[in-house]
Amino acid sequence: MREFRYEQPPDVAGAVALVAGAPDGAFLGGGTNLVDLMKLGVATPDLLVDVRELTSREITDLPDGGVRIGAGVPNADLAADRRVRERFSVLAQALLAGASGQLRNRATTGGNLLQRTRCGYFTDVTKPCNKRLPGSGCGALEGVHRNHAILGQTLDGPGTCVATHPSDMAVAMLALDAVVRVLGPDGERAVPLAELHRLPGEDPSRDTTLRHGELITAIDLPPLGFPSRYRKARDRASFAFALVSVAAALRVEDGVVREARLALGGVAHTPWRALTAERALVGGPATEDAFAAAAAEELEAATPLRDNGFKVPLARNLVVRTLADLTEGSR
Amino acid sequence: MTTIDRLVGAGVDRIDGPAKVRGTAPYAFEQDPGEPIAHLAVVQSTVNRGRISRLDATRAEAMPGVLAVLTPASAPRLAEGLSSDLPVLQSLDVHYQGQVVAAVVAETSEIAAAAIGAVVVEYAAEEPDVVLSTDRADLYAPEQLMAGFDTDSVIGDVDGALAAAAVTIDATYETPTQHNNPIEMHTSMARWDGDSLTMWDANQGPHNIVNDLAKGFGLDRGQVRIISPYVGGAFGSKAFPHPNQMLAAMAARVVGRTVVFELTRPQMFTLVGHRTPTIQRVRLGADADGRLTAISHEVVEHTSKISEFAEQTATPTRVLYAAENRRTTHRLARLDVPPPTIMRAPGETPGMFALESAMDELASALGIDPVELRIRNEPTEDPERHVPWSSRHLVECLRTGAERFGWAGRDLRPRMRTEGRWLIGTGVASATYPTRRRKAQCRISVDGRGGTAPVRYLVEIDGSDIGTGAWTALSQIAADALGVAMDAVELHIGDSRLPRAGGAGGSTGLASWGSAIVLTARDLRRRLDDEFGGQVPADGVTVDGGIEGEGPHAKTHSMHAFGAHFVEVRVDADSGEVRVPRATSVYDAGTVVNAKTGRSQFIGGFSMGVSMALHEETLTDPRLGHYVNHDLAEYHVATNADIGELDISWLDHPDELANELGLKGIGEIGITGAAAAVANAYWHATGLRVRDLPITPDKYFRELGLT
Repeated sequence: MREFRYEQPPDVAGAVALVAGAPDGAFLGGGTNLVDLMKLGVATPDLLVDVRELTSREITDLPDGGVRIGAGVPNADLAADRRVRERFSVLAQALLAGASGQLRNRATTGGNLLQRTRCGYFTDVTKPCNKRLPGSGCGALEGVHRNHAILGQTLDGPGTCVATHPSDMAVAMLALDAVVRVLGPDGERAVPLAELHRLPGEDPSRDTTLRHGELITAIDLPPLGFPSRYRKARDRASFAFALVSVAAALRVEDGVVREARLALGGVAHTPWRALTAERALVGGPATEDAFAAAAAEELEAATPLRDNGFKVPLARNLVVRTLADLTEGSR
Repeated sequence: MTTIDRLVGAGVDRIDGPAKVRGTAPYAFEQDPGEPIAHLAVVQSTVNRGRISRLDATRAEAMPGVLAVLTPASAPRLAEGLSSDLPVLQSLDVHYQGQVVAAVVAETSEIAAAAIGAVVVEYAAEEPDVVLSTDRADLYAPEQLMAGFDTDSVIGDVDGALAAAAVTIDATYETPTQHNNPIEMHTSMARWDGDSLTMWDANQGPHNIVNDLAKGFGLDRGQVRIISPYVGGAFGSKAFPHPNQMLAAMAARVVGRTVVFELTRPQMFTLVGHRTPTIQRVRLGADADGRLTAISHEVVEHTSKISEFAEQTATPTRVLYAAENRRTTHRLARLDVPPPTIMRAPGETPGMFALESAMDELASALGIDPVELRIRNEPTEDPERHVPWSSRHLVECLRTGAERFGWAGRDLRPRMRTEGRWLIGTGVASATYPTRRRKAQCRISVDGRGGTAPVRYLVEIDGSDIGTGAWTALSQIAADALGVAMDAVELHIGDSRLPRAGGAGGSTGLASWGSAIVLTARDLRRRLDDEFGGQVPADGVTVDGGIEGEGPHAKTHSMHAFGAHFVEVRVDADSGEVRVPRATSVYDAGTVVNAKTGRSQFIGGFSMGVSMALHEETLTDPRLGHYVNHDLAEYHVATNADIGELDISWLDHPDELANELGLKGIGEIGITGAAAAVANAYWHATGLRVRDLPITPDKYFRELGLT
């Protein structure tokens, strides 16, 4: 573990300035992931700027019926918020399906979005990993990869990476068209969540499109107005990352799908917005056959590895079941 | 003396409970050695096989706060004769990934952790050989198995009987590498006073730790004192010494002050052993009525290049069911892996998964109820030793369990019951574990206190409480044996200065220590009666006693605990996720000394079996040779949410021939058979027979042919 400096500046602007000026500096939120990675030698910041008390811990109503979630809101508080439970139940369900009570108390909303992959090769500094050490290779490609990506991987070349994004919350927010508010050295900007995380491409070391020194200050959720649901399949009943998860929202009228939101977790380097399936669903009948056809269309792009092919039928089944449950619920 | 009600059997609260809840019961890391403590951290090899070609500790040595760096070049020489991985830092050779290649001693744990990153190590490495298979040319038969069992047993003509059988089963079952993960990581704190070593240590029996330290450092056994009053859980990895004790002692000698070494959680996966993976072929032959004519159980498992640990996997098959023709074999491969070790019910745990799964497959093939099939094959005597049972009530366990669980009327056919998207099934399996005891010495002193104060009895024995409740159970036993109330007994355990006893392992603790206490107490009472007219003399009396080992009936009788598990399993038809909403277990374990802590032991054992069935698996990278999932986020152990309603009970049949207390030992019986009961219920729910544990959702899709 590398020695580091710890700073608690008075405001977010000061925090941004500190990290922007330190090439090896990092923001510290709840620390539930970063501190682990520091202990393992995977993350080696020489400066930690604690923003937990600086970013907002408030959830506020937006004029359009949406909500703004301060980046410092603990996951547990977000899951318990009445507005979230009533208007965005997919988000509350996703949060409660993640981690443990202790971790949810500690983890922040902003930090949750920036979790790094739990790939065992990434978290072991003695093993090859292009994400941790570009050019060292991908240990998982031919190694232990039962819970790795089936979509959007980089399967050859120096950028090879088959890791998944571990967050449940981000999958739900992606389905909700969340917008991330970011403060950087050059001022504020708004980033649609769909553009925050990136596929490994040629450079798996970069999880997101954020620039060094940029800090997530809040997440905006636009109003939804129809039922939503989160379903997570995992190896044990609690405290396990998703094998596959599904965040879905569906507006059905007279047996016809009018609006559909669908995102998958545990299948890619990013939370995966299933746009192909959404297009297939809208205007079609709200039937299990139609749901299965839409899921199959989405999963046509899947390129499973030696040992994770089960994620394809698992994802298909979970999509069908989640959409069917939503349809049932809206009758 | 006053006559009081019997304490043995009662659900007495833990006497160590208040101290543990308040945090005042000192575990090894929390002990006060009386001087400032230095901290140790280790550098571990990143290759499985080869030799260190370069090791440069210069930078680490120069870091402020670093007291010493131990390397194979600089570490003190240990005496010859240490086995396995105990000769730590004595050679440049590397035998497994994770082997300690250097150690840093520093003022704080943080400095030590930082300094290990500054030690440069390079290797001349060879390809790792870590994959177990049945077609390896180098499989060999060990001389004998763990605990002295024969490697093979062959009775009659198994192949002929299989060929002639009306129905046969031939199936191969696999269990993965598993790791002990007690809450308390292994911790050793060493202090030298001249040539005397004191070590506060997390282990399952202080006396078991003394010998190797004495041998390695050229000391008399009396110069080594191991103190371990409280241990935060142990399932076998703390039974024997590992590199941690050697390193702490070595480092303390080098820096001239107390050194503590607490393993990190990832180090629990390399430095203190594991359960071998197994590949087990079971063949059963039966007549049309389900009477077994042949049982064959052939086991392939691994050990390390530097040690032989031959898990006794097929030994339960030698006792569980009657059949004229029988065969059990064990073959090992020596791989580039860390030395395997004991993990709760070594042998029975993986072996019973295979045997009891095969019995379920046979029941299905015959169309016979699996409870009935087991009852039909109940042996009247030990089927291989041909001696009578000291006591055996397996059939009563099966019948009682069936009644409590509501087994009657169960449809034999699989995949017939659903509730929403849940596929529902039920399964059964037997449990068995040997009843043994080990040599144990005991000293009981009574202090007359001049005849005024209440009489107090000091009971001293190097027993061990690894979280099981031994502090309480032994106090109950002593109080009954002395005919006094519990608060008249002062128990001392967990210190190698106390009278010698074996460790907490093999479910022998209470059988051994308890018998020693009972016999010593009887002796004391006899002396008080004979020599002092039943009165305690003013200057007190001390009596030494104990047991020599197995009791007089061990050779003439077969002694085992038994049990039966009934399990309901629900499988999500969409995801293959598995839940165990309820289970019933009934045990034939003889006397249960403490109904409360005993129940906890049964719950813990069964839960660990559920965990084995559904979750636990250490994943090995075949090319890079390492254990990939080496923390509790990725090595899955059942959570509270995974364990449903458990109905635990036991039969009231003390085994009068087993030992002075009529108990059979309960630390391990709960896990045996439990994984099979879950797997059998999974089959009943889904129609899918998963023969390789754990039963994770991916295997649901594999068995459906969808991957």
